[in-house]
Amino acid sequence: MALKVLAVLEARDGAVRKVSYELVAAARELAGAAGSVDALVFGAQTPAGAEDLAALGADRVLSAGHPDFARYNPDGFAATVASLGAGYAAIVFAATATGKDLAPRAAARLGVGLASDVVGLALQDGAVVATRPVYAGRAIQKVKLRGTPALVSVRPNAFQPAARDDARTAAVEALAVPAFEARIRVQAVKAPEKAALDVTEASIVVSGGRGLKDPANFKLLEELAEALGNTAVGASRAVVDAGWRDHAAQVGQTGKTVSPGLYIAVGISGAIQHLAGMRTAKTIVAINRDKDAPIFKVADYGIVGDLFEVVPRLTEEIRKVRSER
Amino acid sequence: MKIAVCLKRVPDTVAKITIGPDRRTIDEAGLKFVPNPYDEFAVEEALALKEKAGTGETVVHALGPDAAQETLRTALAMGIDRAVLLQSAGSPDGLEVARALAAELGAGGYDLILFGKLAVDDANQQVGPMVAELLGLPCVSAVVHLTMADGAVEAEREIEGGIEVVTCRLPAVLTCDKGLNNPRLPSLKGIMAAKKKPLEVKAVSLGAGSIEVLGLEYPAERQAGRIVGEGADAVPELVRLLRIEAKAL
Repeated sequence: MALKVLAVLEARDGAVRKVSYELVAAARELAGAAGSVDALVFGAQTPAGAEDLAALGADRVLSAGHPDFARYNPDGFAATVASLGAGYAAIVFAATATGKDLAPRAAARLGVGLASDVVGLALQDGAVVATRPVYAGRAIQKVKLRGTPALVSVRPNAFQPAARDDARTAAVEALAVPAFEARIRVQAVKAPEKAALDVTEASIVVSGGRGLKDPANFKLLEELAEALGNTAVGASRAVVDAGWRDHAAQVGQTGKTVSPGLYIAVGISGAIQHLAGMRTAKTIVAINRDKDAPIFKVADYGIVGDLFEVVPRLTEEIRKVRSER
Repeated sequence: MKIAVCLKRVPDTVAKITIGPDRRTIDEAGLKFVPNPYDEFAVEEALALKEKAGTGETVVHALGPDAAQETLRTALAMGIDRAVLLQSAGSPDGLEVARALAAELGAGGYDLILFGKLAVDDANQQVGPMVAELLGLPCVSAVVHLTMADGAVEAEREIEGGIEVVTCRLPAVLTCDKGLNNPRLPSLKGIMAAKKKPLEVKAVSLGAGSIEVLGLEYPAERQAGRIVGEGADAVPELVRLLRIEAKAL
């Protein structure tokens, strides 16, 4: 079974985002060696990094260039995907803020169903079968997509980018953007005061809960995150509801579901709705004063102790390890 | 201003989920259901917008089983004027749900249609934008801040590592994220009043759709971990394990 798959990639500030390489890998997994993967990028110009897509698994690279595409343009992007859609057996989006907005628009325009936030893909009797967490991770659903094309959005960090093969090359092909009415305009993108990595996309997440006692003590976690590198600081619902941290950082039901390589829970007891958001992390570390805290039941490694002593020591040890490299 | 809100009945977020004997759906026996938490932000926003305008009508819609009447009454108790239940067993295909909602909402002459960002049960996060597309309306999803003036909408939505500022004109569809507002609790007076508010029940039949549920399973249990040690003295061993054993550093 050789499928023709379209990967709808993401770029920001004129460069392809990391999640895009994961999308190409997910599309390749569906297409198989005999199928084909077309990578679609949007931009005012072709985004930087598009030239690497062939080496990372794409057969063709399609660049939808338009003066309005420097930022996300829901109407223009959806019109472009819809105009291409009929030619593919499957279309893969990212389950990111942009992808989760774009994919349903494309699905409605193409008149087919969409499986969102997918963590696994397979073929069964020629149909795409997607695995996805439901009930905030308390159950895993398997769905078959009978529509053509089959539309899925895949969760960041669920697929690993392919190893680079520089023997594979493809010229970037300019794509004609169909006419569209821009009813929705992204006027600006406000960056936070301190550029923060998103918890859904970071390789490491360090999260804090009520055990930190005071919002100012999140500084300890920020220092640890800085020592680790490529690390986002998350938070439990309790501290977000208390106004200590921004909702964007909340991990768990009514917050974000994360699948980082390493998740460090600090002063978090591990309420069911928090566990739902982080149980798919590859490795979980818990630091808590209460040896009976439920978080230890899901943690690979735990330290029972006062976080105000353990965390600074951990930061110090990590700095040592990092400086040895 | 005429505002529609779409509300879904979902299992309580802290309830234990039990997979049913069909291995495709959950066992609903004894399960507590609540209004979808994100939809409560939509209800609150509708009420606040009407209060600010001093005039208008708010109508809450649900697509679901008969028991969703109770969910709709909660929204009426919060202050919504009237309710419509599109009685249906639902569908795993969000597009079919969107088609049924769009058919109802399209005839309503609404200036604004509000959804929650996602339903915490199937987590598909798609029906709001799909309804907008089917009705030919602009849509901003996952809104955390909203201002409106003279038929123009300015909404902020969270993206990874930033905030997008998005504008469109009314009529429009918005999906509401946590952070937009703090939903009010129904007052006793509101609960009494809700009993007398109109709640219309319409049976709808959904199309077959293109998504078929093959199975539902519990997530893989994580291996019970181990306590590396107590206090700061355990840190070097933890770091060693993370490097050598877990290869996580």
